[in-house]
Amino acid sequence: MLRDITLGQYYQTESVIHRLDPRVKLGGTLLYIISLFFFKNIWGYVAAAIFLAIVIKLSHVPFRFMVKGMKAILFLLLITVVFNLFLTPGTALVSFWKITITLEGLKMAVTMAIRLTMLIIGSSIMTLTTTPNNLTDGMEKMMKPLKLFHVPVHEVAMMMSIALRFIPILLEETDKIMKAQIARGADFESGNVVKRAKALVPLLVPLFISAFRRANDLAMAMEARCYRGGEGRTKMKPLVYRKQDGIGYVCVAVYLVAGIAIGRL
Amino acid sequence: MGIVKTKDLVYEYIRRDEEGNVEGITKAIDQVDLDIAQGEFIAILGHNGSGKSTLAKHINAILNPTEGSVWVDGMDTSQEEKVWEIRQTAGMVFQNPDNQIIGQVVEEDVGFGPENMGIPTKEIWERVEESLRAVGMYEFRKHSPNKLSGGQKQRVSIAGVLAMHPKCIILDEPTAMLDPSGRREVIRAARALNQVEEVTIILITHYMEEIIHADRVFVMDSGKIAMEGTPRDIFSQVERLKELRLDVPQVTLLSYELQKRGVRLPNGILTIEELTKELEQLRKS
Repeated sequence: MLRDITLGQYYQTESVIHRLDPRVKLGGTLLYIISLFFFKNIWGYVAAAIFLAIVIKLSHVPFRFMVKGMKAILFLLLITVVFNLFLTPGTALVSFWKITITLEGLKMAVTMAIRLTMLIIGSSIMTLTTTPNNLTDGMEKMMKPLKLFHVPVHEVAMMMSIALRFIPILLEETDKIMKAQIARGADFESGNVVKRAKALVPLLVPLFISAFRRANDLAMAMEARCYRGGEGRTKMKPLVYRKQDGIGYVCVAVYLVAGIAIGRL
Repeated sequence: MGIVKTKDLVYEYIRRDEEGNVEGITKAIDQVDLDIAQGEFIAILGHNGSGKSTLAKHINAILNPTEGSVWVDGMDTSQEEKVWEIRQTAGMVFQNPDNQIIGQVVEEDVGFGPENMGIPTKEIWERVEESLRAVGMYEFRKHSPNKLSGGQKQRVSIAGVLAMHPKCIILDEPTAMLDPSGRREVIRAARALNQVEEVTIILITHYMEEIIHADRVFVMDSGKIAMEGTPRDIFSQVERLKELRLDVPQVTLLSYELQKRGVRLPNGILTIEELTKELEQLRKS
């Protein structure tokens, strides 16, 4: 169950999208997400969906991988939809007892659901096609100007890359601990929310202990391999813009202009 | 002076109870003298808590001695400005493969050490390729470490250290979390590095089978070196090994028991082939 979360996991294959410079993908994803909040009519979303479909097709990542990632945030999606549906004031559509569903609310809920779904699929394409190291390299380079303001850019990038590296390992471990406790009669599935949350405590304690132990081991292993911060470090895969990256930027720009033009008609 | 040398090495740590009060002082390492020559294959053996891992961490300057000194390639490990040079000379592979792989792709992980050392990009790629080939993991260079078996992960870790071009590699119980086939893989890779690349190997383990090919073996017990010698010397002292709570390989134990019952066998038989040969000869005569 926990392994279904694909957010932050790299899908190994060869494709144009995989080979793109991470800065293009980061910038592109950011612009894509922003564009989603600019649309005023359905055609903008159609444009975004077409753009998304082309990128998915080019990335050679099976679509079901992205859908699997969606399952994990289904709950969040549901809450957003429900709140928008019932709490938006406007002309009443259906009304019973104290609950009213308004036309505006319905519209809002549907757009929110579409936005969130497309947002998550869009950003999961980025993480599925970029190795975390590559991704953090890109971020590090894009945020370099912040160094002037004493922002520890390299350290943040390194922390993120380590966090991403350990997500699958810790998920696997959670799964293992869960199974071990289910085997001894623990119950994670039944009862109300409070009861279920309480049942998670004996799961989280060993998980945290193990995470700290891993962090300690990893720190030692990194030091043993001469890691001493970003100063004086060279790159095995330095980021260099190539022709395809220019084309990538152009494609994103074309989408952005076209999408917003159509979407705000 | 050899590549690794220790003199009167002592390491103490303070035991504390739950409130943080001092309960006592434990000597994890107690007066250890070692002198290891370049190119040797050394095994350090001992049961849990014998101080063997603590000793390993001293060679990599992760721990500093309480008393005495450690030299790596002539450099004193207590000199702080030499720390990085020492860690480059004596690379270390740890027990848990998951907790020492930093890269999300095999080749990126192997490149991590050289990146930290400030090696130019082109040379990093050469080093990564040659290191991965040396441990037989070149075909897996684009794979995610999460999808590899334990033995393969540990070979990647060895390649990661090898890419830093160390003179000496310390393997701190590299096989403790592996299945038997993974254990064989790792030991084979370590031996190959020793023989082909002439890297000094210090293998720390509690599996007796793994020390058969070592040039010299040190057996540790409660922080001291209890025995020292060739694998054959060590294995011929079955009673002593049992005292030190170490498991003797079954073949050695069998020939020892046969010897006790009056079968005329030589001391310290290490492999099944050796025993069958000796028994064949006995039958003929």
